[in-house]
Amino acid sequence: MDRMAAVLRGLAVLLALFWAMPASAVIAPDTIRDLAFGEGDARGKAIATLVASGDPGALSLLQALLAGDIKTVGDDKVLLVKGDEATELLTGKAVKPVPEEAEDLSVNNRMRRELGTAIAALKLSAADRTTRLAAVKELQNGADEDTLPAISAALAKEADPEVKGLLALTQASVQLASGDKATRLAAVKALALSDSGTVKTLLLAVLEKKGGQFVEADEEVRAEAERSLKAVESRLYTGDLMARVFSGISLGTILLLAALGLAITYGLMGVINMAHGELIMIGAYATYVVQNVFRQYFPGAFDAYLVCAIPVAFAVSAVVGMILERTVIRWLYGRPLETLLATWGLSLILIQAVRTIFGAQNVQVENPSWMSGGVEIMTNVVLPWSRIAIIAFSAVVLTLMWLLLTRTRLGLFVRAVTQNRAMASSLGVRTARVDMLAFGLGSGVAGLAGCALSQIGNVGPDLGQSYIVDSFMVVVLGGVGQLAGTVYAALGLGIANKFLEAWQGAVLAKIAVLVFIIIFIQKRPQGMFALKGRTVEA
Amino acid sequence: MAVGFVPLNTAAQLPHFARLSSRTGLAAFGVAVLVIFVVFPVCNLVLPAGSTFHISDYWVTLLGKIMCYAIVALAMDLIWGYTGILSLGHGLFFALGGYAMGMYLMRSIGREGVYQSELPDFMVFLDWKAYPWYWRFTDHFWYAALLVVLVPGVLAFVFGFFAFRSRIKGVYFSIITQALTYAAMLLFFRNDTGFGGNNGFTDFKRILGFPITAPSTRMALFVITGAALLGFLLLGRAIVRSKLGRVLTAIRDAETRVMFSGYNPVYFKLFIWTLSAVICGIAGALYVPQVGIINPSEMSPANSIEIAIWTAVGGRGTLVGPVIGAAVVNLGKSWFTQTLPEYWLFALGLLFILVTLFLPRGIAGLWKRRGS
Repeated sequence: MDRMAAVLRGLAVLLALFWAMPASAVIAPDTIRDLAFGEGDARGKAIATLVASGDPGALSLLQALLAGDIKTVGDDKVLLVKGDEATELLTGKAVKPVPEEAEDLSVNNRMRRELGTAIAALKLSAADRTTRLAAVKELQNGADEDTLPAISAALAKEADPEVKGLLALTQASVQLASGDKATRLAAVKALALSDSGTVKTLLLAVLEKKGGQFVEADEEVRAEAERSLKAVESRLYTGDLMARVFSGISLGTILLLAALGLAITYGLMGVINMAHGELIMIGAYATYVVQNVFRQYFPGAFDAYLVCAIPVAFAVSAVVGMILERTVIRWLYGRPLETLLATWGLSLILIQAVRTIFGAQNVQVENPSWMSGGVEIMTNVVLPWSRIAIIAFSAVVLTLMWLLLTRTRLGLFVRAVTQNRAMASSLGVRTARVDMLAFGLGSGVAGLAGCALSQIGNVGPDLGQSYIVDSFMVVVLGGVGQLAGTVYAALGLGIANKFLEAWQGAVLAKIAVLVFIIIFIQKRPQGMFALKGRTVEA
Repeated sequence: MAVGFVPLNTAAQLPHFARLSSRTGLAAFGVAVLVIFVVFPVCNLVLPAGSTFHISDYWVTLLGKIMCYAIVALAMDLIWGYTGILSLGHGLFFALGGYAMGMYLMRSIGREGVYQSELPDFMVFLDWKAYPWYWRFTDHFWYAALLVVLVPGVLAFVFGFFAFRSRIKGVYFSIITQALTYAAMLLFFRNDTGFGGNNGFTDFKRILGFPITAPSTRMALFVITGAALLGFLLLGRAIVRSKLGRVLTAIRDAETRVMFSGYNPVYFKLFIWTLSAVICGIAGALYVPQVGIINPSEMSPANSIEIAIWTAVGGRGTLVGPVIGAAVVNLGKSWFTQTLPEYWLFALGLLFILVTLFLPRGIAGLWKRRGS
């Protein structure tokens, strides 16, 4: 409690200091002159004065300066240019037209940085919550002693808990450099609530040793910093872990979507469809076309294009799949190696066809606006909406497919034909038609995967190639013949991949996963969930 | 031989010219020897460039390359056509042989690289100070030649031992071999792996002291490649006609029956699989000095699957078939990529489909049909 009181007392002092400052309605001419004609340090000081003044005109002045709207004439006139008019800032006189000899004020990088921070500090008093939040986020990396009064003032007024928390952290990080021990101690304690990597660096700097001497001389502050550092680190670790699990699940659902179609065509029907990746690619291009149609004819409803693209992608891929089945694949049932080669040929033709129609370059598929952005769980952990949408989408697709296979007549037929083709046929099931529909279903699901992938990655003719090996790995690992194995294999591979990636880098992670699968297949050639059988030729 | 074993699909069913014992076969072999060892060297090196019978360096390089491919197709045929195991990873063994030779060629560049360093340019670029351990002794040709045989051989042996022992076959085996070459490709794409990353090895200067771009060096490489191709044809013939070859064919046609007849298919498969990989490695080693570059794209799954189509086009289960297939497909490829680059993939794709649907015995099968 008394710590809290100390913080509050510190704030109160700062607040009093702030209110005691004279609030001038007009910006002092000296300040403007320093800003326009001064050297680096004088300019910095002028900016700091403006921030401290909290003057409403200061914000627009600094913004104009950053935008290059402030010009000088000779070495005594400062103009604020607006279109073809200008105001002389020192005298308040209007000048029209803008004199030809007006020169741009050069804004170097250092000044640009200082301006950015100053503008953010001034924006802290904005009425709009989002503006304030953005401002405080910008300030986190750029705050210094000069902006401290503005931050403290804003902190006292702030009602929103999120903005307030961030402000307190920013204030604390500046106060770490304070000469007063109590202030430093309070700051170090306040930093313990953070979950940002910057704060960790700050605290580490406090604990650093330089030339045998601690940077922070006071032992009490050091101990407190140690404690805060531990708190921040554990929070960072949790955040990191959460982010990794999330991206693992996200990758897993992407693999699942890519492999679900294959689970039907390969898992149930036994067709090695090497053109599966290209059916995914076709789904992505269908999404691209729908997007363009919406942009052209219904720009107002652009955000809804994705909803329309889902059935289109399914239908296009399903039709292409059924055509392939009728023309090529059905002649090769029971000859898996030949099927493999023929479908590889199909995939080459499909790739080249798309290249001829849409060009070899990647095409742009834009996210609808509701998909951009994400949920921020912690400072470093943002879950993008597009990924969340894909996780939800694949859950829906999985459920629908499961229902279709277990609860409908078509599903019954598909399972019957898979289990005993001759028996099903003699009971009146039109096996050829079932084959075609089942293959169409698998291809359509590939199209859905393409629609989802278009939202998070590049769409190009080679899109499918990058997924084909992965999706086969999922189906092989999960075991042939049912969906559950595919789900476990996809999620497991996704999470394993992401964790290995954080440990050893993306390429080695991928290699490790492939090697693992190769070894796993040695042990359990039938995958995780094998159908039991008695034949030698399993 | 075990009781009840029926020899299936042996030389008796092969087209005439594919049987080296026949008169046509012998004549064809003789013509090939003549062309490779006499006609090409004379027409390329002795005849002046203006002569009607002059063979340009372009054709020497192209045909040398195609003969390397033909060796690979032959190796593929031994494992796929005769033993029934479709490998989609043969590009890996080819590339490994190529990389082993490439290491030697890189070291014989000496200090003539862009950075004038003892190390290859890509290592200088990565700021490496010394060769990593696996580059040791690669400046000796004999050691590189040993690696050409050993690296693909050992990898294939280890991989095959585990795969065949757990009785992985058919499509599963194909897909795993594809994953293997895919993983290797990713590995070699990394700069840190120490094989030049994306760019691989190139800009070779000399081999065994001879300048690598000189016409006489190229012709020597061509002749050696031709000799290797003919040699492997003879080796293939010896294997296929032996008792071992018969067991292999039996494994292809009815593996369980072979097993129940008292043979252990694992070791037969392992032998032919490893041999096939070694032949591929040698082909890769002959390929790299002629083409002048080796990079990880040789390991892409697409390349390996293309090898299968050479064999399928020519005719599986014959020895001459794959050689013809590799030649036809690659001549077609170089024609298409020069005149109609847009349509090459269409043509190749159609080839895959049409051959599997309508020409399961390949080009060599056409002769047989006509003959019977």
